[in-house]
Amino acid sequence: MPLLFAHLMETGFGGFYDGIAHLLITPADVLLVLGLALLAGQQGAAGGRLLLALLPVSWWLGGSVGQLWGLDQTLSLITTLMVTVVGVLVALAQKLRSAVFASLVTSFGLLFGVVNGFTMPAVRQGVSLDMLGVVTAVAVLSVLISGQVVVMRSPAVKIAVRVMGSWIAAAGLLSLGLWLKG
Amino acid sequence: MAQRRLFKHGFVLLALVALVMAPAAQAHVAEGGAGSVMAGLLHPVTGLDHVVAMVAVGLWGAVLGMPAVWLLPVAFPMVMAFGGLAGMVGLPLPGVETGIALSALVLGVMVMLQQRLPLMVAAGLVGLFALFHGYAHGLELPDGADALLFSLAFVVATGLLHLVGIALGELARFPWGRWVQRACGGLIAVVGVWSLMQLGGS
Repeated sequence: MPLLFAHLMETGFGGFYDGIAHLLITPADVLLVLGLALLAGQQGAAGGRLLLALLPVSWWLGGSVGQLWGLDQTLSLITTLMVTVVGVLVALAQKLRSAVFASLVTSFGLLFGVVNGFTMPAVRQGVSLDMLGVVTAVAVLSVLISGQVVVMRSPAVKIAVRVMGSWIAAAGLLSLGLWLKG
Repeated sequence: MAQRRLFKHGFVLLALVALVMAPAAQAHVAEGGAGSVMAGLLHPVTGLDHVVAMVAVGLWGAVLGMPAVWLLPVAFPMVMAFGGLAGMVGLPLPGVETGIALSALVLGVMVMLQQRLPLMVAAGLVGLFALFHGYAHGLELPDGADALLFSLAFVVATGLLHLVGIALGELARFPWGRWVQRACGGLIAVVGVWSLMQLGGS
């Protein structure tokens, strides 16, 4: 049982705040949200709207599934790969078709939600406040970061965003190496 | 007015990124996590040849001007990480230490002579050196580190070294700036020669 809660942050303020803290102290989750928000900002306002509409919902759905199902060890490999892919797309400032971007956001949100859901305490009835905290943090970070990227049109900012993407991709690749090395 | 708005938005974005990134480094994370961040930040600055080569990348980018000044720092971390991945999984790459020493020498000479090679050639050269640096780092990465935290801190430290080089390169706006650039390039090349001599002696 302790393994189940190993990643859950206990703030002492209740499940909702535990969920928020959980997201902020999980590097892979933070990097994915940051990367997707930067990528959404690069797509323009429509990208930001898609991200806000799809990421929290898919994360929630994934979380609900994750609370029911177990977690396979190979998921950490997949999540690291996803972070790397998002970083590469940001570094390349890749313009994606809406359908492709929506699929990307949904699939990544679902998978990260599954991983999150497994680490959350099981809920016997009603809504999981922990999961609600996580999803709220995902939504707020998504909209704030993507919104800032959309409104800033300076070339220097665009470069800074691409540099951040390259750092995310590089961190993902190195992490992948450490994972493979065991 | 536009500048003030840009500054405001830039500040907000920076604050958001800091907010997002900072908690991972705090003491709330398990001790290993905070240790991994420190280890990752310090790892790239523990070898003089690595440090001068990273600074040289930014410096040469500034000498080359747009778009190299941002393209090299964007491309370098990814290629370096790919080299690191190759090192960690045990793919063979000959002459790694020689390549690292040569990177300082060649990049230092390029900066000293203010060489402006075609972008593709410059990117290819820097990419090749990035592979060597990444491979060496990959071999040396400690076991048991929190992989993503360590890697992120490591990459950020490398990026900051590039930034130091770019800042030095921006001194060219001043009348004496070119001489500072050339002097830095000369120093970097000297470190490269010293590293090669160390290799020859060992």
